Amino acid sequence: MYNAEAISDAGIPKVNYLTNGFTLKSWLLTKDHKRIAIMYLITISLFFMAGGLFASAIRLELLTPASDLLQTATYNRVFTAHGVLMIFFFLIPAIPAVLGNFLLPIMIGAKDLALPRVNLLSLYIYWIGGAFTIWALMQGGVDTGWTFYTPYSTTYSNTYVMAVGLGIFINGFSSILTGLNFIVTVHTMRAPGMTWFRLPLFVWAQYATSLVMILGTPVIAITVLLLAIERFAHVGIFDPSIGGDPILFQHMFWFYSHPAVYIMILPGMGVISELISNFSRKKIFGYEFIAFSSIAIAVFGFLVWGHHMFVSGQSIYAGMVFSFLTMVVAVPSAIKMFNWTATMYKGSVSYDTPMLYGIGFMGLFLIGGLTGLFLGAIGLVVHLTDTYFVVAHFHYVMVGGQVIAYLGGIHYWWPKMTGKMYSEFWGKISAMLVFIGFNLTFFPQFILGYMGMPRRYASYPEEFQVLNIFSTAGASVLGIGLVLPVIYLAQSLISGKPAGDNPWMLPGLEWRTSSPPPTENFEKPPVVTWEAYEFGEESGLDIEEAKRRTQPTASV
Amino acid sequence: MQSTSWVPIFPDQASSFAWQVDMLYFYLIVISVAFTIPIVAAVFFFAIRYREREKFATPEEIHGSMVLEAGWSFLPFVVSMTIFLGGAIVYYNQYTPPEDAMQVYVVGKQWMWKVQHETGQREINELHVPVGRKVKLTMTTEDVLHDFSIPAFRTKADLVPGRYTYLWFEATKPGKYHLFCAEYCGLNHSGMGGWVYVMEQRDFDNWLEGNISGQTPVEQGRDLFENKLGCASCHAGGPQQRGAKLEGIYGKEVKLTGGGTVTANDEYIRNSILNPGAQVVEGFQPIMPTFKGQVTEEQLVSLVAYIKSLSGVQGTSTSAAPSNTAAAANSNSARRANTNSSANSNH
Repeated sequence: MYNAEAISDAGIPKVNYLTNGFTLKSWLLTKDHKRIAIMYLITISLFFMAGGLFASAIRLELLTPASDLLQTATYNRVFTAHGVLMIFFFLIPAIPAVLGNFLLPIMIGAKDLALPRVNLLSLYIYWIGGAFTIWALMQGGVDTGWTFYTPYSTTYSNTYVMAVGLGIFINGFSSILTGLNFIVTVHTMRAPGMTWFRLPLFVWAQYATSLVMILGTPVIAITVLLLAIERFAHVGIFDPSIGGDPILFQHMFWFYSHPAVYIMILPGMGVISELISNFSRKKIFGYEFIAFSSIAIAVFGFLVWGHHMFVSGQSIYAGMVFSFLTMVVAVPSAIKMFNWTATMYKGSVSYDTPMLYGIGFMGLFLIGGLTGLFLGAIGLVVHLTDTYFVVAHFHYVMVGGQVIAYLGGIHYWWPKMTGKMYSEFWGKISAMLVFIGFNLTFFPQFILGYMGMPRRYASYPEEFQVLNIFSTAGASVLGIGLVLPVIYLAQSLISGKPAGDNPWMLPGLEWRTSSPPPTENFEKPPVVTWEAYEFGEESGLDIEEAKRRTQPTASV
Repeated sequence: MQSTSWVPIFPDQASSFAWQVDMLYFYLIVISVAFTIPIVAAVFFFAIRYREREKFATPEEIHGSMVLEAGWSFLPFVVSMTIFLGGAIVYYNQYTPPEDAMQVYVVGKQWMWKVQHETGQREINELHVPVGRKVKLTMTTEDVLHDFSIPAFRTKADLVPGRYTYLWFEATKPGKYHLFCAEYCGLNHSGMGGWVYVMEQRDFDNWLEGNISGQTPVEQGRDLFENKLGCASCHAGGPQQRGAKLEGIYGKEVKLTGGGTVTANDEYIRNSILNPGAQVVEGFQPIMPTFKGQVTEEQLVSLVAYIKSLSGVQGTSTSAAPSNTAAAANSNSARRANTNSSANSNH
């Protein structure tokens, strides 16, 4: 059933999930995980663009040492808005809510997520939280930084702290529900024959991420609630002048926000496992090690929050323990890196756009991960913390890691999601512009950080200007690289070539249904008889037939 | 202080532990390069050597290798432990103030640094220190979090409202260095900077002479204690004594009402002034009123300095201690000797 017909261009079913109803209602009240994913995709892209505009304003302001383009008060609101939008409304939901939502059920051979209505609810919660936050930003915004450190946020800032806080609070429930849904789905909805160790590593990564979402997100909700209680009722929780402890806030905030870093990067690692293996046509090297390293990262991620507080007055012995644990958490990331590299050995490596993103990820995440060691080495971090070194590091992990992986994933699964092929030429150009622009933007910031330039500065001493000019120049290249996909992906919807069900002849279940898939995902419920990442005949794919089709004579 | 190269790469190295931080930095760069080059080389080599030669090829399967997995789990672990150890040693040096350090008090507020030397001189957004002397900063803030950061010294520490934090350094090179606030503190955060001037001892002494100020922190503290706040009416010795004896307590274990002990450090003294009922010394009634709202952070620093000085005078009767300190505070050099000796006995 998956053979010749599955790759036939002519075999597009009459009704797929996109053509199954055209009314607004058929979208807004859908229970189809794929439609929900598309609505997430559109919303998240809008948030990404908004966050990107704020980033452009930051880079333009930092072109000159003085605070001239933006007033200091505006600058403080702008970098806060950039952080809040990018972290809570783009990075955290991006891969789980868009790619995970669309693909997780298909990849395990299910008709939908286990709780389709809950899935729709989580989208609505995201919309409400997002709308609330946007409203608060338009009212005047908030100037506390995305970290909301007390007592500034509770007592001193007279901006819309609680409105934005409420937006984040609401949005948290969206994460929790998505995580819950994924866990239940992976446990209960796997197709016959889809054992745990046949799951694609993308699914393992989503599973690990979901664990962190469920366990971590309530803590930020509690923290925001305590913040509100202090702000409104003046109960001393974090403000020392009424008997609170500002360091308590930092503990609670980072107890969520450090694991949240793994919410942001783990799904990206899952995408990269797919890209590297599939575009090398090679079984992933050390499947179990990659799968369990995701779980290890999820667990250890809860034990390292104190490395954000090395200079905040915690005891030096607490600092050392957190430094030790931070070093330990480097190991599972290193394991992934080595396994991805080894996967390419003796493969058949193609240079299609998704693979370019995959290889780009490996380079950038390598730098992001290694500079994480700099920031875990406790004697060095005293000098580096709160400087641009930190800014560069987390952008290498968050943008170089998660955003690149997200873009790679979008390019990889775009033919499946839309049934259309984008321009491979422009895809490659954009992947390379993003890579080059990204490095130009953020590498100078490592040097700025070691020079001592503090973060969150609207104005800075003149000797830092040269490197800031490099950074802003790089940001414009990065910006072009990021705008291009919007254009050629949109264009592919109109005039793209039909992708076919399985353009790359890959064995994953998502490639064994039509493009775009029907509402119920599969014509017949699949039965899995092959291992993950098997590219030969035993996967049931008719490779010979596909090869014949690619011959010039057989082309349509 | 200005770096001469076109693109400055390194800040000045101007404190006794700056080279240690730089060594750690170079060690990490070496490790990063040692990991990056083989991985990037392998990725490029594999990508070219094993590039796609035929559509939909089915390369031979390789499942993995226990030996390799064990190797590349063990190697990063060992390397990361060396980084941890190196980092822990440097950190211990950075964050353990030596006992013979010269004292400076720092109070942060939105958006300025208020500095006071133990000899009484006050500065705003500037800090003058002699070269080759260990300097310990005792810091707190009147409002939000701040962070006292001197990149050339490779150190920084947050200032936390409601508690004291400490920073120490020994400057090794005369010059003028950036002082930044590194913890976001609101509107004018990026303007909350200043300069640290490292001077030869002779120049520093001249600078001190040229900035004669009224009272040293200890003198201010005594003034507050005896006159302005009236602490002495209960805490001075004699038949009127209703409050705990303060002479000689600093750094000692104090027994509390209801069991338990606490070390009488800066933090405890500060808390006992602001929130006296929280930790009452055994044998005393919780009758002391709070001074919250009546004393500024700077006055608190002075009071703590004064109470510390009460423990620094050894071998005298408790009631004589205040006048002894007063006598000792008459000349600049004696002032320094006095507080130095108190610092010595405190730790």
